[in-house]
Amino acid sequence: MSEITKEILDRMIDGRSSWEELVAVMRADKEPDRFAKYREVLQERATWRDRILLPIALHLCIVQKDDGARVVKCDCGHEFGDYRRNWKLSARVRVRNTKAGIDELYPHPMGCNPEWMELREYFCPGCYTQLDVEAVPPGYPVVFNFLPDLEAFYAEWLGEKI
Amino acid sequence: MDMKSKPPVGWNGTTLKEMLAASERRFADTGHYQGLAELPIADRKPLLFERLHLKLRGALVSAREVARNISASPIVKELGELCFTVFTPEGDSVTLSTGIIVHVHTMSDVVKFMIRNDFEDDPGFAPGDIFCNNDVLAGNVHNCDIHTIIPFFWEGELVSWIAGVTHVPDVGARTPGSSPVGPMSTYDQGLTIPPQKIGENDRVFRAFRDMYKRTSRTPLLLELDEKTRLAGCVMIRQAIENLIREEGIDTYKQFMREAIEQGRRSFIRRVKRMLVPGRYRVPSFCDVPWENERGHLPQAAVNTLMNAPLEFTVNSDGTMKTTLDGASAWGFHTMNCSPSALQGGMWVMMCQSLADAESINDGAYFAMDQHFPRGSWTNPDNPEAGTAHAWHFLWSGLNGLFRFLSHGYHARGFIEEVVAGYGTTTNILYGSGLNMFGEPFAATNMEMTGAGLGARGCRDGLDCSYAMWNPESDIGDIETSWELWEPMLYLGRTVKPNTGGAGKYRGGNALESVRLVWKSQQAVFQHVGHGMVHVNCGLFGGYPSNTGYRRSAHDTDAFELIAKQAPLPTNDHDPEHSQVETMIKGRHIVDDNALTLPEPYSDGDLYVSVIQGGPGLGDPLEREPAAVVKDLAEGHLLPRFAERLYGVIAVQGPDGAWHVDVQATAARRAALRRARAEESVPVAQWLATETPRVQNGELPPWVRRMYQESIRLSTDWGGEFKAFWGIADGSAVYEPAAKK
Repeated sequence: MSEITKEILDRMIDGRSSWEELVAVMRADKEPDRFAKYREVLQERATWRDRILLPIALHLCIVQKDDGARVVKCDCGHEFGDYRRNWKLSARVRVRNTKAGIDELYPHPMGCNPEWMELREYFCPGCYTQLDVEAVPPGYPVVFNFLPDLEAFYAEWLGEKI
Repeated sequence: MDMKSKPPVGWNGTTLKEMLAASERRFADTGHYQGLAELPIADRKPLLFERLHLKLRGALVSAREVARNISASPIVKELGELCFTVFTPEGDSVTLSTGIIVHVHTMSDVVKFMIRNDFEDDPGFAPGDIFCNNDVLAGNVHNCDIHTIIPFFWEGELVSWIAGVTHVPDVGARTPGSSPVGPMSTYDQGLTIPPQKIGENDRVFRAFRDMYKRTSRTPLLLELDEKTRLAGCVMIRQAIENLIREEGIDTYKQFMREAIEQGRRSFIRRVKRMLVPGRYRVPSFCDVPWENERGHLPQAAVNTLMNAPLEFTVNSDGTMKTTLDGASAWGFHTMNCSPSALQGGMWVMMCQSLADAESINDGAYFAMDQHFPRGSWTNPDNPEAGTAHAWHFLWSGLNGLFRFLSHGYHARGFIEEVVAGYGTTTNILYGSGLNMFGEPFAATNMEMTGAGLGARGCRDGLDCSYAMWNPESDIGDIETSWELWEPMLYLGRTVKPNTGGAGKYRGGNALESVRLVWKSQQAVFQHVGHGMVHVNCGLFGGYPSNTGYRRSAHDTDAFELIAKQAPLPTNDHDPEHSQVETMIKGRHIVDDNALTLPEPYSDGDLYVSVIQGGPGLGDPLEREPAAVVKDLAEGHLLPRFAERLYGVIAVQGPDGAWHVDVQATAARRAALRRARAEESVPVAQWLATETPRVQNGELPPWVRRMYQESIRLSTDWGGEFKAFWGIADGSAVYEPAAKK
């Protein structure tokens, strides 16, 4: 594949790539400008104008606000606050910790035993998209999935100012 | 008295111990393997470098493909559970064949163990010598993986080590099978072969062969596996001899070192290209629910919940730190791991995903710093800790590695490489007794390699085709791999619906099989899976895959049905409306106890084996309704879950075809979003109600014990746990006085 274009990335993001196209992308060299193109695609698709610094999950990006704040933001526009604080602490949660709750998702007994594990569904308070599911024992602290080192990433790896 | 009497066999008159120490010193001083700041062959003569690399790698792959035909074990011959590799004199891997490449690192540890423990003096290293190991304390995952290692000499110097490994079907433990589940310690988990010399002049000592054959339930298969390993090593030795004659010994020596340094640099380049510096937390869990299991000694008859708080830090220089700090304690079972096993497990996963496929060797290992806390299941502080089924914790505990990488890939836009995780290769069927020929048998059915891969960044996961420990998974033919060895007929082997986790992209589904016990005597079989917890986790809003379950039927009318030529169940399909239970009369057992001891089975009994699917990715309400309908048509999804999981209202026409009711689907999805709003609370509110419950330890005893163990073994993890819940130091609930 000679070039992985923004159109190809657009199709990949929407899950519209053919298998042949996806295989070609997988086999191709991992090009150095992928991040720049990807961020452009995401920025063009965004319904808001804040500058995307880093996507951290489906629907969630760290963005730079006009006042310099760097916050986690959902595609719908809801903001979760400073990216250095776990965004889940500002989300809504539904905890499945009963047999009936688990059996809604899995034919019995193909789901976890709630005496051993619970499923925590984290929703965006703005659009109620399910952003994360934790499968953890009861009492497990909320997991902080990913804390990027933005400064090192931009300054040392990309050679750019944030 | 100085015991050093043999002349050194290292390069330029040095000992191997001196070579290893010098290598480690150069790396510590310079950050480059062997201090190689420049790579004269790789950089200035790239064609020569490629020629050397491809000839060596070709020899290894060729040796594997030829040697596997010596084996009679379906595990090696059909499934390809073997691997060969070449090491430097210090024990660092230069290149490898395909296969169970986890052992490229474990066998590296064995070579270094022999060097550090003065094997150069006793028993010494000479041309034609053969060494063997299966001991995890030296370097291994579990004792059914047996290593054969030979030194390669050129003009009096030990120039390379050549090593091969096969996964044997039975190790003569208290319970049958290759990875026995039932023993409680090292001392009843079967064959242990610490590193030792087992032959000279390319011939294995008869006493060694007699020893292991007397130990295993499958002596002939072990003997042929041993010949497989040695034959492969000798073929590789001949290939290296030819290579040195063609290219020169100095070129070969320099190439080995450059290949590893290039592998290290390549790995770091890939990290910087595809990931983001920062901290990634990807915990996993695993269950051993044995409190009510009769047949265990008291210390083993407990419910154990394993904590694997896996954390990665990608440093700004592209190196990586991994820690399992906070892991729970080792226990009296065979699922404990050695650091060598975990390092090998991480390495095999990195090689499938992040590492450059053409530069796979120990270079990646040199770019990673790893911590496995002493006393935990990741690094037991007691040699009694059993490890024969270390994979049970290993494939659970490392599941998060793909979630870590996928967070990085997703952030950088390499979404074609994103994968939510994998289904662990369970259920495993183990068994023993007398088979259909009236002969003793030991069953290790490895069709569990038909697990599901997790959903990917822009596509569903692979169905029925993934084993994290062997990138070339193969479920084996029913007739030649399994029915030839096990007194059980296959009534069916099909895709199991709903095993893959739900999501915008669903996890790959897995297999299930229904087996009919046939012409057996004194047969016992067991289920080995994860019934209580999901050992993987969805990504970005996807759900984990299925848990395992036990289903069997005893004292059945199966043979009467066969005599009447009546239909038989080919699968269990929907466990809430079981085909087995509907079609077969008898005593049915079904529960979430997926990790049993061997249980007696008689002719006509049925055994159901349900493998694990892969986890899902993304919000299930974002899944294309057409994809849901396709799943219904192809049997990947039970119809009632189309609405529950995906909010898709599908209607089946008179021709049996499924169609989406578009309007009803939109309405149902809107209703499910409203339900999320009504049934969820702000996390702060949930934590306010949860905190006193956790503070007071109002948790099942095995959950509370897991936290106690993690807190005891890690000040950092314990400190974070206590701070999160506002628990004081010295809590009587979580830090009871240490018991001896």
